[in-house]
Amino acid sequence: MSVALTTPRFKDNVHEALHDARLQRAMNTAGNFVPRRAAAIERLPEFEALRDSARDIKNHTLAHLDLYLEAYEQRVTQAGGKVHYARDSEEARAIFLDLCKARGAKRVTKGKSMISEEIGLNHALEAAGIEAIETDLGEYIIQLRNEGPSHIIAPAIHVTRDDIEADFRKAHLHLPRDRDLSQPETLLSEAREILRQKFLSADIGVTGANFLIAETGASVIVTNEGNGDLTQILPKVHVVIASLEKITPTLDDVAQLLRVLARSATGQDMSVYTTLSTGPRRAGDPDGPEEYHVILLDNGRSSMLAGEFSDMLRCIRCGACMNHCPVYQAVGGHAYGWVYPGPMGAVLTPSLIGVKDGGQLPNASTFCGRCESVCPMKIPLPKMMRHWREREFERHLEPTPVRYGLGLWAFFATRPALYRFATNVATRAMALIGGGRGRFAWAPLAGGWTRYRDLPAPQGGTFQARWRAKSGAVN
Amino acid sequence: MSQGSPPGAGLRVGLFVTCLVDLMRPSVGFAAVKLLEDAGCKVVVPAQTCCGQPAYNSGDRADAKAIARQTMRAFAGCDYIVAPSGSCGGMLAKHYPELFADEPDASREAVAFAAKCREIVSFLTDTLGVERVKARYEGVATYHDSCSGLRELGIRAQPRKLLESVDGLRLVELEDSDVCCGFGGTFAVKYGELSGAIVAKKTDRIAATGADTLLAGDLGCLMNMAGKLSREGRQIRVRHVIEVLAGMTDDPPIGEGAAK
Ligand code: SF4
Repeated sequence: MSVALTTPRFKDNVHEALHDARLQRAMNTAGNFVPRRAAAIERLPEFEALRDSARDIKNHTLAHLDLYLEAYEQRVTQAGGKVHYARDSEEARAIFLDLCKARGAKRVTKGKSMISEEIGLNHALEAAGIEAIETDLGEYIIQLRNEGPSHIIAPAIHVTRDDIEADFRKAHLHLPRDRDLSQPETLLSEAREILRQKFLSADIGVTGANFLIAETGASVIVTNEGNGDLTQILPKVHVVIASLEKITPTLDDVAQLLRVLARSATGQDMSVYTTLSTGPRRAGDPDGPEEYHVILLDNGRSSMLAGEFSDMLRCIRCGACMNHCPVYQAVGGHAYGWVYPGPMGAVLTPSLIGVKDGGQLPNASTFCGRCESVCPMKIPLPKMMRHWREREFERHLEPTPVRYGLGLWAFFATRPALYRFATNVATRAMALIGGGRGRFAWAPLAGGWTRYRDLPAPQGGTFQARWRAKSGAVN
Repeated sequence: MSQGSPPGAGLRVGLFVTCLVDLMRPSVGFAAVKLLEDAGCKVVVPAQTCCGQPAYNSGDRADAKAIARQTMRAFAGCDYIVAPSGSCGGMLAKHYPELFADEPDASREAVAFAAKCREIVSFLTDTLGVERVKARYEGVATYHDSCSGLRELGIRAQPRKLLESVDGLRLVELEDSDVCCGFGGTFAVKYGELSGAIVAKKTDRIAATGADTLLAGDLGCLMNMAGKLSREGRQIRVRHVIEVLAGMTDDPPIGEGAAK
């Protein structure tokens, strides 16, 4: 689904998410990603060193992206494929629709691709009367539910098994009503059964790419279901949709990145399937598509290359940052209001849709730093969220009371003598009012605090005043 | 401390008390003074306001820089600058250099200043080599690892080690002790509902330990957790870890009144 943009309403989304009992149940039972990742890293003492080399590989690539892009395109062309450059989502959709039209395509099967979400491909296909079928189980589920993904590697993490059973019963009406769908395995095999028929009749197969290899022109996808293989092998035309920064120099480099990817994502040493595809089927190949296309999406990324957000382009979409994020874990991915959730979304979304619409996200962070501490690519996510806040501050985009309050505070904080006097008086007054119970259940200007917890009262008088009184100091 | 001169003898240590301790809980400041003096340090308290983090994290670099300059000036003559907070300590030790990265001269000054800044518990253990404290506390305590201290300054084992030496105290581990409590400075007010939901998970974990006391090294987090615990009607005493390490627990716990 193309995701409707609700990021500017982030606070409302949060409120709804926190009051959505079904979602909260799903979030609380979902994912043992955190302990699994920890265990995987425990097993690999050189993981820290691998993170450094992964970061260096991507930094090097980004510094020479133009060269590697050129090499990549050459290799793809040599292998008989074609690279299409898309400046933005609209161009990417148009390129894809043209490919469909020229081939009279009626049915498109899709492997998991966040870029297809970013450009709103399914929506465009639907409008053009082309059937799009998601073949990744999670994507298939959310497609049935008419939702966008809520996690970059586990798109249906926000639904419970019960929800899925209900969705399948509603959608697969031709199957016996009394069938057993009580186990994850039975759900999976039902989805497989349905999808198998679609694979065979698809005109075009679309996949994303985890990496595009400049040295060979291959695209690489990693999956745990094998659906991607069928998606790209069975139809006559295989289209890869990926963004520029997926370029990686060599197969060796990819091998290094793969070592941190699965461990960070799911705690697996390797994903179950790592599939490389290079161009269309060659003479003598037992299978493969007749045509091979790559749509390379920029969508603002090239303008991130030079600036303070360039680190973000190292992201390999492992999802570790959201798995470890207290905000994401509290509200789930849909609350972020667009395609990319969690800390990586909080940095990337304002780059892609503008800070005016996306600015809430980098503000809604405690800067706890857990994301950065687990990011395999060592992306300084909090630092970049702070950069967004700086941009907002420069452009006066934050709400007036916030700016006013901050200005007032800074006025005092830069005048130590005045500050000491005012705070000593204020804390004494507050202690008098709240001292009996030691806390306030309500306080002026602190409603955001006291609605959800008590505000401990000050002991009364500042430390600096007491210290000076005690030590007779005059400084 | 046994014989010989104490480990901090001859050191002039500036106490950066932090704005929250200054305003809300001066007793933590006095606990800091006691611990530092017990270790032999000469403690000074230059006139100060705040480390500038609220401005820095709100994207207001200019005010953050003004406050940082003022702080660096105020503490100029100190061998070390010590704060009873991992968050403010992290601001001084890690973010001041970053803040001035675009001004070579100021940047050099900030790097030199940052090298002298410490969070108090890790200062005692890592810099001074203190291994135990002389204190008594009756209770079962659990410890929350505040984010900046944990991830920016590597504070994890140090407070646990010193707490072990407190007579009468039993320490039980808190599940997910490394997960944020949801405070986040102005975040707690700007995104109050979200912050409230995050701290509710934390207080569930705290209650599950069965501890009667919650300790941590950052007053902001402590106020957040104490405020939630009392709102939920849970009877858990909340204190800054150095109140216990200094054996200074006569003042009521955070969020509790004088009349028990
Ligand atoms: S930002 Fe880092 S942790 Fe998050 S998805 Fe990207 S690579 Fe993974």
